Amino acid sequence: MNDYRGIFADGLWNNNVVFAQMLALCPLMAVTSTATNGLGMGLATTAVLLASNVVVASLRHWIAPEVRIPVYVLLIASLVTLADMAINAWLHELYKVLGLFIPLIVVNCCVLGRAESFASRQPVSAAAADGLAMGLGLTLALVMIGACREILGSATLFSHASLLLGPAFTFLEITLIEDYRGFLLMLLPPGGFLVLGFLLAGKRVIERVAEKREVKEEFHCSVQ
Amino acid sequence: MRDYLFILLGAALVNNVVLVRFLGLCPFMGVSNKIDSALGMGMATTFVLTLAVAASWLLEHYLLVPLDIEFLRILAFILVIAALVQFTEMFVRKASPTLHQMLGIYLPLITTNCAVFGIALLNVQQKYNFISSLLYGFGSALGFTLVMMLFAGIRERLAMANVPATFAGAPIAFIAAGLLALAFMGFAGLPVR
Repeated sequence: MNDYRGIFADGLWNNNVVFAQMLALCPLMAVTSTATNGLGMGLATTAVLLASNVVVASLRHWIAPEVRIPVYVLLIASLVTLADMAINAWLHELYKVLGLFIPLIVVNCCVLGRAESFASRQPVSAAAADGLAMGLGLTLALVMIGACREILGSATLFSHASLLLGPAFTFLEITLIEDYRGFLLMLLPPGGFLVLGFLLAGKRVIERVAEKREVKEEFHCSVQ
Repeated sequence: MRDYLFILLGAALVNNVVLVRFLGLCPFMGVSNKIDSALGMGMATTFVLTLAVAASWLLEHYLLVPLDIEFLRILAFILVIAALVQFTEMFVRKASPTLHQMLGIYLPLITTNCAVFGIALLNVQQKYNFISSLLYGFGSALGFTLVMMLFAGIRERLAMANVPATFAGAPIAFIAAGLLALAFMGFAGLPVR
């Protein structure tokens, strides 16, 4: 059980795809002009990541190590094709917004990276947990950046959620400030870079505070 | 002639791959520490991207459309790009050892460069003819190289600047990239698509 907790802690914070590994930057910048788009993209990537980890882990004894990379790429490309068609069929509005970036999940380094570094040597259940954890970590990052940009840019949160993800998500739509003039910079490309820069600095501050607290606690123990 | 120039300029500056379309950010952040490596990466990408756009255009118009199997586009394109990168590496190694020494380590990285795959897919959506496609690919790659060089220059300066500890390294690089993106938004005023 402890093992799974470690996997999830890794995926969500310690080894987060975006904040720690700095991978998956392209979809991160491109689709996060609103939190809703970030959520949709995050969930799509999570689904692909989970499926590819499970498939790779269950086939790991049959794939010859010499040809593993092309095989993984093919497996991932097939899964992404499925995801692309599924989103086009059932969530067409979301498909129109994300557009090019759904096929681009194929070249998202984190999918191939996890298949190669984790799923190829672990049992199916652990690989599934890892795929889910990494995917959720990515979703968290996408939603956080999307939310920052959306709040600063247009003072709304999860706007159009019901339109893009289905009527069940209406409860997410929040308008923070009525009659907000808008801060266009945040919604345009530069905003993505600026927000991510500040969030990375923020993560560093949090880690530093946590470190200091740990040192203090150790000191306490030794005094007693 | 004017149309071709506009395609080239539009792809390189107005719709810059990195700063406007957000493709190829991983090498943009990863190999931009030094101007030399940025130039190597840019040249390798230019070579592969132009070839990839040409190959994918041929694939799309002579295989996928006639056989009515456009839904296999993702699979087909990624295969062609991976094969192309492998082939380019072998060819460059045989033909010019010096060039191989310069580009060698960057070539394998290009398979997972989403700029190549993304531009190949975008090119299909644009419905260009063959020559325009080539120019579109080449222009995009030029834009990529230009931005890589500019950013590497900025980062070489940043490495010597006195940055607050919290922002040192990646955070300040992203903020610098944001400002560079802001500058590139000025090109949106050009009368080019």
